[in-house]
Amino acid sequence: MIEHIMNKSAKLAELRLSLARYGLPPDRAPVALGHPQADAVLGGGLRSGALHEIFAAGWSAGGFAVLLALLAASNSFNRKGGPLFWIRPDYEAMEYGALSANGFAELGGDPRQLILVRTHNAAEALSAASDILTCPHVGALLLEVEGMPKCLDPVAGRRLAFAAGESGVTVILLRNGAEALPSAALTRWQVSSASSHADDEDWGNPVFDARLTRHRLGGLGNFFMKWNPEHVCFETADIGAVVATPADRPAYPQHQRRAV
Amino acid sequence: MPRLPTDRLIRSTKDAPFKAPLVVSAKIANALHVHALETRAARLGLYKGQPLANARAMVQPLCIVPADEKADAALLESIADWCDRFTPLVTLDAPDGLFLDVTGAAHLFGGEVAMLAMMTQKIAGQGFAVRGAIAGTSLAAHALARFTPGMIVPRGGEAAAMTPLPITALDPDDKALRALRHAGLKTIGMVAERLHSELSERLGKTFVTRLKVMLGAEETPLQPRRPLPDLMAEQRFAEPIVTEEAIAASLFSLAGSLSEILERQGRGARTLQAAFFRADGKVERIAIRTGEPLRDPKVMLRLLRQKLDALADPLDPGFGFDVIRLEAAATEETRPGTVSFDSGENARQQIAFLIDRLSVRFGEHRVQRFVPQDTHIPEAAGVAIPAQERDFSDGHWALTRQAGDPPRRPLRLLQKPEEIRVPASEIPEGSPKRFRWRRAQFDVHRAEGPERIAMEWWRSVGEPVAQRKASPRDQKNNPGLTRDYFRIETQDGQRFWLYRDGLYGQSAPRWYLQGLFA
Repeated sequence: MIEHIMNKSAKLAELRLSLARYGLPPDRAPVALGHPQADAVLGGGLRSGALHEIFAAGWSAGGFAVLLALLAASNSFNRKGGPLFWIRPDYEAMEYGALSANGFAELGGDPRQLILVRTHNAAEALSAASDILTCPHVGALLLEVEGMPKCLDPVAGRRLAFAAGESGVTVILLRNGAEALPSAALTRWQVSSASSHADDEDWGNPVFDARLTRHRLGGLGNFFMKWNPEHVCFETADIGAVVATPADRPAYPQHQRRAV
Repeated sequence: MPRLPTDRLIRSTKDAPFKAPLVVSAKIANALHVHALETRAARLGLYKGQPLANARAMVQPLCIVPADEKADAALLESIADWCDRFTPLVTLDAPDGLFLDVTGAAHLFGGEVAMLAMMTQKIAGQGFAVRGAIAGTSLAAHALARFTPGMIVPRGGEAAAMTPLPITALDPDDKALRALRHAGLKTIGMVAERLHSELSERLGKTFVTRLKVMLGAEETPLQPRRPLPDLMAEQRFAEPIVTEEAIAASLFSLAGSLSEILERQGRGARTLQAAFFRADGKVERIAIRTGEPLRDPKVMLRLLRQKLDALADPLDPGFGFDVIRLEAAATEETRPGTVSFDSGENARQQIAFLIDRLSVRFGEHRVQRFVPQDTHIPEAAGVAIPAQERDFSDGHWALTRQAGDPPRRPLRLLQKPEEIRVPASEIPEGSPKRFRWRRAQFDVHRAEGPERIAMEWWRSVGEPVAQRKASPRDQKNNPGLTRDYFRIETQDGQRFWLYRDGLYGQSAPRWYLQGLFA
């Protein structure tokens, strides 16, 4: 009888595990971000062949998504790197400005590896993404979507995540002015920009206040990440005393730890 | 088609036919004249070029419609489109004729006689009065179609065929016509008997050249309406096809035969054009461009299908297509078709094909890559061009920042610099302390600058780089003011690129926000 119960609980645990892993992308080598704490939480870095959602606040935070995509693309194919496809609906260019290849180069990217796909709207952007995700030779895909278009429903999100898993192409979904809803993404980041230097008056490398608010494979965290264009990676930002604990939200979103 | 304008009107008002003889009027030298007339009117003794008042006096009642030359030209174009099915070399002989170069094409339709009969019969069936002639030169055919009931001139027989025609068939200008009449020459044969030197003294060299061409001498080739494709394959159907499967199957077999020829020539298609000839005369064309010379029929079919799916108004087969033609409008030599075992080469090809597919679906100007430009004007320094256009692996992107420095150029440039409001109380020499942009207030926490960028005074607007979307002040021949750029960071780390238009101290400085840093 006891054996029977033991068997049952083992079976239950197995079922639970398979349920927990349901919809997760196949295991692939992660791309290290360079920020030690973030990499530790992520289990080595950003998982390639998966969907990552970035919710950006403010005018400069979208750069975080670009940098993640740049990292993913340049470290794809055994660090040989592949082309970065960037899909932008026309509205994005109107609101946030056209992409500048020089600015991309200044951040450490290679404009020769950058392919821009301009679409009329978000629906077209999603269909372009599904086209691009049929090709496993793409380095990474950055998809920029403004607001909460109807076409970007949970089904579309799941499709993107599945296609990313199938092709092994990392998909970074940059959401501007959107509200986070449950989705199929492996990780979700809420990002805002942060002061680039702790104390002195100099203009420094960009710093992001990146909050990992959802992670289907592990813990969450709040990181101040500074981009290093020279080494093309993130590093720990010396935030010093300037940045106070935010008043409107907890510094570390512990209550979201169990969110799936 | 001597009665094109009236035939057009009669065709368009089939339900309510004109009760009286129809005449189309046009204003010539400030007086209304008969521009075209239908058979009924011609039988009553009216003629083309007659003053309208005379015609009115002769026949009552008379339906008079003002000429619409644009509609006539459009109709002629669409008839020319229909004629494309006989030969790709179709030229307009405005205002009412068409030239078709049928050299080497006639045997496909059972010889010249059968071809001409079929063509005239089909056009007449659509309600047009039509006359056709086949001759060795276009001018001879032009004259014969207008001054004979239609004939086919055997090789070298132009002179004999033209001899009895009146001199008006030569299309002489008024002066030449008068001169010929004075000389008592009534037919082309009589003119041709004169010495050519005599004629060229009186009437000019071009007249003699025209005469020679009409009598069968060599002429300059026709300028076809569309550029001739390098290669083409076409399929005709006894029964017009309608279904999508049948169209796809036909396209595939055409792609197969095209690819065979391409293979033999060691070439690949860069531009493919498919033309669908509808049984009722309408012609639909789609064109696709590829980044790499293409020869695989499966890939061709896939791209064509994608293009068909992406059409704004889908291909309407109507009563079916009776001819489908696939043209390789531009071809290019391919590198030897060895299969590469190098994974890098394979990946490159896959990416190129992906770019082709995206370009077909969204338009080639929507899939872009960047090329560096040799200029320091920020908005012109890197231009986005269609990714299919060329190889992008070269090109040197110079950095503005020193090694180890933070980025000096923004990741995004606004499409047009946007003016920001800087409080008037502090017109600063350096960067502003606060500004308003898009109805929000920004406090400057850190600033770096100024970085002075002078406009290129040696260029004026109109040159390539000057196509830049420059500052609003940049107008004709004004290369623009010097800009002082500042990199600005707000308290919460948002980073902007601002500039002051004009030097400090000159006029009232205006401030613009041009870019967003990461």
